[in-house]
Amino acid sequence: MSAAADPQGAGLRAWLRSPSPASTWQARAQRAYLGWVAFRANPIAMAGLLIVVALVLAAIFAPLLTGSRGLDPDLPNRLLPPSAEHWLGTDQLGRDIYDRLIWGSRVTLYIVGLVSIIVAPIGLAVGTLAGYAGGWVDTVLMRIVDIFLAFPRLILALAFVAALGPGLENAVLAIALTTWSPYARIARAEVLTIRKADYIVAAEAQGASTWRILRKHVVPLCLASVIVRLTLDMAGIILTAAGLGFLGLGAQPPLPEWGAMISTGRDFLYDQWWVPTAPGAAIFLVSLGFCLLGDGLRDVLDPRSGEA
Amino acid sequence: MTEARLLEVEDLRVTFRTPHGPVEAVRGVSFSLGRERLGIVGESGSGKSQTGRALLRLSARNGRVSAKKMVFDGIDLTNASERTMRRIRGARISMIMQDPRYSLNPVVKVGDQIAEAYRIHTGASARKARDRAMEMLETVRIREAGKVYDLYPHQVSGGMGQRVMIAMMLIPEPDVLIADEPTSALDVTVQMQVLALLDDMVRERGMGLVLISHDLNLVASFCDRVMVMYGGRVMEVLEAGRLHEAQHPYTRGLLNCLPSLEHPQHMLPVLTRDAGWLEEAR
Amino acid sequence: MIEVENLTVEFGRGAATVRAVRGVSFTVAQGESYGLVGESGSGKSTVLRAIARINPEFGGTIRVNGTPLTSKRSRDEARRMQMVFQDPYGALHPRHTVDAILREPLEIHRVGDKDRRIKAALSDVGLGPEFRFRYPHQISGGQRQRIAVARALILEPEILLLDEPTSALDVSVQAEVLNLLKRLQRERGLTYLMVSHNLAVVAHICERVAVMNRGRVVEELTASTLRGGEPAEAYTRQLVSATEGYDREAVRGYVTYE
Ligand SMILES: Nc1ncnc2c1ncn2[C@@H]1O[C@H](COP(=O)(O)OP(=O)(O)OP(=O)(O)O)[C@@H](O)[C@H]1O
Ligand SMILES: Nc1ncnc2c1ncn2[C@@H]1O[C@H](COP(=O)(O)OP(=O)(O)OP(=O)(O)O)[C@@H](O)[C@H]1O
Ligand SMILES: [Mg+2]
Ligand SMILES: [Mg+2]
Repeated sequence: MSAAADPQGAGLRAWLRSPSPASTWQARAQRAYLGWVAFRANPIAMAGLLIVVALVLAAIFAPLLTGSRGLDPDLPNRLLPPSAEHWLGTDQLGRDIYDRLIWGSRVTLYIVGLVSIIVAPIGLAVGTLAGYAGGWVDTVLMRIVDIFLAFPRLILALAFVAALGPGLENAVLAIALTTWSPYARIARAEVLTIRKADYIVAAEAQGASTWRILRKHVVPLCLASVIVRLTLDMAGIILTAAGLGFLGLGAQPPLPEWGAMISTGRDFLYDQWWVPTAPGAAIFLVSLGFCLLGDGLRDVLDPRSGEA
Repeated sequence: MTEARLLEVEDLRVTFRTPHGPVEAVRGVSFSLGRERLGIVGESGSGKSQTGRALLRLSARNGRVSAKKMVFDGIDLTNASERTMRRIRGARISMIMQDPRYSLNPVVKVGDQIAEAYRIHTGASARKARDRAMEMLETVRIREAGKVYDLYPHQVSGGMGQRVMIAMMLIPEPDVLIADEPTSALDVTVQMQVLALLDDMVRERGMGLVLISHDLNLVASFCDRVMVMYGGRVMEVLEAGRLHEAQHPYTRGLLNCLPSLEHPQHMLPVLTRDAGWLEEAR
Repeated sequence: MIEVENLTVEFGRGAATVRAVRGVSFTVAQGESYGLVGESGSGKSTVLRAIARINPEFGGTIRVNGTPLTSKRSRDEARRMQMVFQDPYGALHPRHTVDAILREPLEIHRVGDKDRRIKAALSDVGLGPEFRFRYPHQISGGQRQRIAVARALILEPEILLLDEPTSALDVSVQAEVLNLLKRLQRERGLTYLMVSHNLAVVAHICERVAVMNRGRVVEELTASTLRGGEPAEAYTRQLVSATEGYDREAVRGYVTYE
């Protein structure tokens, strides 16, 4: 309603704030916009978003941001300290650490993306089905979940990688297999609270199939908590991936995976501290970014934090 | 009513920040409460619930509460610490929320929820709390309390859920009870019995009761005084017995749209609102 | 239109069994409005839910249009019979727009011409097109309840099951919804089965009323008997006296009827 704003911006804002939207599309855009307004008001969450966006940009524009792919050894220039030419110095094979970090962001994103794609749907499917169907379906599915929950995550991942063989894809698969179970729990808990809600009963009374109710009514309500949890878990996933890399079970050399970089750099911690520190800082920063983002998302997405 | 005032409120305002601009839910409400039954009536959205919530500092996060004066038993509620508020809330001023089904935890047995409320305030043993909760269920006229104790909120009928809420709020024996539509889902006889229970607490223990309701007939017959609200303002305060003689067009409008057993009508008159009501009350 | 014979509904097993409905019988003619009143927990909602097959397990027979209902709900039934819930806040999905809420039954039953029907349904319940793309939290309780009525009517059913459709609404909105229900019934010849604890509301809408207590029907009477005359049963008289307002002495005299 601010008359001072430029006419175009005011038009868009008015469209986004109009009390009676003219299409489903506009209604959705309005909800997203209001969420964004609330999110923007939270500086810590914005800091998290900034870090995550920076990670994504680094991954996309890696070729533009770096001089080399950081794969080829350059032995004469081993272990150089940070300088104008090598911003973060070079590692034991003379590769530029900054270049490796930037290209490593692709590996990190790859891990994060793949794990989310596997984990969220499996967790949602198992959890919502168990919660909605109840009875023996619930019992069987939740026992399976319990079995997965009972093992410490890193140890289970280690066992999987040991069985599947080392490598980035196998590490991702192992992480996914060990992470999905809490999602099933969350989704189920969420479903149990809405299972008897009148709007679900109303849909049943309309003759909606179970599949339709799960897809259209139940999943959209669980999605928010799953997304929040996933974002908060990202730090753990990145750390587990780094841990596997550190143990030599994840990404294989010369791939610039941050965990593997720390692992090979740890021999130089005392004399050439920058070699392990730079990837360590990157892991720390990105984990922190996801945590902050997750916290902010929880405030915006959680239906209980007030829609009005 | 010359005895000690339990609660005194002057110029209470509640404003919500929303993406569409500020919403003034309560605009300058003043009242005082003795050891009596005060009714608050008014149409939906007139700020009844927000008035009650503001007293206990339970307004939604986007709300701002201000008041010239808000005193409970000598304690200034406007700038009491959060710790003081926690001690008051539930133990000394209780509020029965509208929408009992949203206020009950869907995955905890209703009986356990009442027992928990008792334990928080008294630190009693689990056994004792269970017995007290069972007694309380009987006090609010729930039949077969033993069976109902173990039901989950979706398994109890609407009226039972409401009585479970009432039991939960009465168990710490508060000085002031704010009851927001406590009986809207109860059938008439149980409603009267529950009101009689509240009545006893006012008469015997000197509790102050604020009864928020849509039901004008009920408030007229039960309360001592009635406060009529519209658009966040108090339109008038009447002696309950004279509610049916009210002169204000808004109060008259509310009375007219009630269907009545004695006078059948084909269509009910609906309320026509007048923006001037908000001005003249200034 | 609706014939209920010796209906029983039980919840739970063994010692914890709740016999919510114990042998209820009544019939509702086509185009009639029939009310169910009675004590909280007496099984009124359960009767409606059994007819709508939300609680699939029941004993006795329920016939709708002469066909007995089985415990499995057929899809066509939803087109013949619809339910409106008590709580307008809980009955609409919080993440669906009004448009999506009204579209859902049309999609399930593969009815064409959806946009026109949605617009018509909105105007039938007296809401303008500006409400079509709002979320439930953007509209008031009375408007929500009207959306719930619109959803129930959009498949053009013959029977509406109403579970306390106005008890969560304020008196002015209650008047609007009651007027709406009356108008729709007159225009479309709908059959109503309505549960309420407010005798004045029931007498306003319904021609005949069954009084329930402890899972049984204790008395069936006409609206005019309810209004003026003397109900035969003591329980009903107590109900009527309670409607007249709070009276401390009268409450002391209440008897619990078994
Ligand atoms: N969190 C919030 N944000 C914005 N506006 C709000 C919020 N909570 C309440 N309101 C507004 O405050 C006003 C008063 O609400 P309140 O709940 O007090 O009404 P009420 O008199 O209790 O109505 P009802 O009889 O329907 O319960 C309403 O217009 C409502 O929309
Ligand atoms: N899913 C369930 N499991 C166990 N008991 C149930 C369940 N649903 C209902 N009941 C019981 O059945 C009885 C009748 O409930 P019902 O909801 O039909 O009452 P009602 O007459 O509609 O009451 P109200 O006016 O309070 O809504 C109650 O004792 C209730 O506890
Ligand atoms: Mg309210
Ligand atoms: Mg009911």
